[in-house]
Amino acid sequence: MTTAAAARVADSVEPRTSGRRPRRSRFGAVPSSTTGTIVLVVIGALFAIPIVALGWFTFTTASTGAFTLSHYAALFDPAQASNYSELFAGIGNSLILAVIVVAIVLVLLLPAMLLAELRFPRAHRVLEFVCLIPITVPTIVLVVGFVPVYQVVQSVLGSDPWTLSFAIGVIVLPYAYRPIQANIGVLNLTTLTEAARSLGASWPVAVWRVVLPNLRRGLLSACLLTISVVLGEFTIANFLGQNTFQTALLLLQQTDPYISAFFAVVSLLFVFALLVVISTAGSIGRPRRKRKS
Amino acid sequence: MTSTAPGAPTPGSDATRSDLAAVRVGTPPESLVVHGTPVQLIDVVKDYGAGGRALDAISLEVHPGEFVALLGPSGCGKTTALRAISGLETIDSGHVRIGGEDVESVPVHKRDIGMVFQSYSLFPHMTVAQNVAFGLQMRKVSRAESTRRVQEALDLVGLGHLGERFAHQLSGGQQQRVALARALVTRPRVLLLDEPLSALDAKVRVQLRDEIRKIQQETGITAVFVTHDQEEALAVADRVAVMNAGAIEQIGTPEDLYLRPATEFVAAFVGLSNRLDGVLEHGRVAVAGQDLVALPSAVQDGPVVAFVRPEDVLLAAAGLPAIVISTSFLGAQRRTVVQLESGPALTVQHATSEHPQPGDLVHVAFSGRPVAVAASV
Repeated sequence: MTTAAAARVADSVEPRTSGRRPRRSRFGAVPSSTTGTIVLVVIGALFAIPIVALGWFTFTTASTGAFTLSHYAALFDPAQASNYSELFAGIGNSLILAVIVVAIVLVLLLPAMLLAELRFPRAHRVLEFVCLIPITVPTIVLVVGFVPVYQVVQSVLGSDPWTLSFAIGVIVLPYAYRPIQANIGVLNLTTLTEAARSLGASWPVAVWRVVLPNLRRGLLSACLLTISVVLGEFTIANFLGQNTFQTALLLLQQTDPYISAFFAVVSLLFVFALLVVISTAGSIGRPRRKRKS
Repeated sequence: MTSTAPGAPTPGSDATRSDLAAVRVGTPPESLVVHGTPVQLIDVVKDYGAGGRALDAISLEVHPGEFVALLGPSGCGKTTALRAISGLETIDSGHVRIGGEDVESVPVHKRDIGMVFQSYSLFPHMTVAQNVAFGLQMRKVSRAESTRRVQEALDLVGLGHLGERFAHQLSGGQQQRVALARALVTRPRVLLLDEPLSALDAKVRVQLRDEIRKIQQETGITAVFVTHDQEEALAVADRVAVMNAGAIEQIGTPEDLYLRPATEFVAAFVGLSNRLDGVLEHGRVAVAGQDLVALPSAVQDGPVVAFVRPEDVLLAAAGLPAIVISTSFLGAQRRTVVQLESGPALTVQHATSEHPQPGDLVHVAFSGRPVAVAASV
């Protein structure tokens, strides 16, 4: 074998092996599959039992506890539509808020993070500090600060529910910042963008063709977490007197606890579905790794 | 049970054996042959504010089709100089010219350069072929021509069969080959290589550096190569510019730098030298009681520092008595450090057939080849 050929051998066998890692843990031995299953079942039950109980509650009568579908029938009864109009209006407002807040994340936060990463690394710590502040301040404290601000906002933009997006846009910052930053952290974005630019891509093209596709997982996680925060937000909307899904749910609970419970279950399942989407999003469009025994 | 990326070679597998047969650098097709373009840096200054001056009015001329290496220790400004050529770094004053045209105000993406980076820079979400095609897409080359040129570029670096793989399914050496193909496929005016081999293991590094040199010669592209590895620079470059503290200490052929270092820094940085105090007089330097011929230099007669290469010091039957301090086996040669009875320690490079042991009394002599001298400070 020639030297060059020998070198080729070394080069060709260098690829990392993608075999499974041995079952080791820095905390000691990995539990057996039986133990794992028991833990999973117990934790699953902890989450499932209240939800199932809540669901079961919506199918019972108040006096006898017997099974009934009358609560759901009332939901579709035109004569009782006015009972639920506030709830549906609240759902609509929350969805509009979700869209606007996601837009704030994508249009303001993401460019700021990219600029800090690629052009102004010294701004990185400041941005992180600013984005993490809302998680350290109780929402009720934030609301106290928002009230005088919203007196101005309402005088300029009116008092439509969508104006809540500015306040909620602040409280979602930590939830949106973290997944995006985690994604940025595993990429060498500076080198990737420099490579793209050296190949003829302008800044916008480099960001669109190279940066954003590689941040897909982080962006999706940020957006879905943002949506779940918006749908679950109660304090700000309540104190600023706006009708959203959560405030409407509370009002409805006082007149129709069954349908209120039904929507609470639906919202929980929706958030679970979002979490499943987040956990699988990263593998979409990626090359699948074939397992070999 | 193990999991393996599709097509990823595993030692001993059929895929690995086919890779071995396929990894051969091809002859460049016409689509990759270019007319070399001159590159000039003229009095280029780059300050990093409180971080100091990265480039201190450096001037460098790279001839068309020439392979120039920028060599120096960490922080000497070599990467900054390369990035100034690419446009990734703005300069404070001076001129950068590519093909005779001032390009200081030309943005990176319009400078028509090809660049290979130190860290792996393949786009993770694209296949190898898509990575290589990226530059062609930016230039709006038709799909048919792009497909052909991508295949030719990958064939050139010996990876024509790996176009559908993703970066994470390639070894480090393969990734850098793809990066090289990606940089060359657009037929850039100049190829810039920023320590492209430093992340690779020793064997792959040697193989790939030879391949880079061969491809550069066959395509005729002007190339600037940054490295801190003097052996790498001497092995591949037509000329080497040794940099220190933001300035170019010496530019010359590898032979010039090694045999006729212009400064003490170059003598110390390029190759291994014994640094000996001596006295220069009429072109001869007295060192350790020996009279050696000095290489021509501007150094005035008087106290000087002489640089004697280890291969110019011999273990001899007669000569200066010395005690062996240590010895190490280097494969083709052996390197031994001896302490002269008259004072200084010397490193001697000699055949492996000689086996001096620490504590042995030996005699050393100088080969008589002229030695570099620098003014004593």
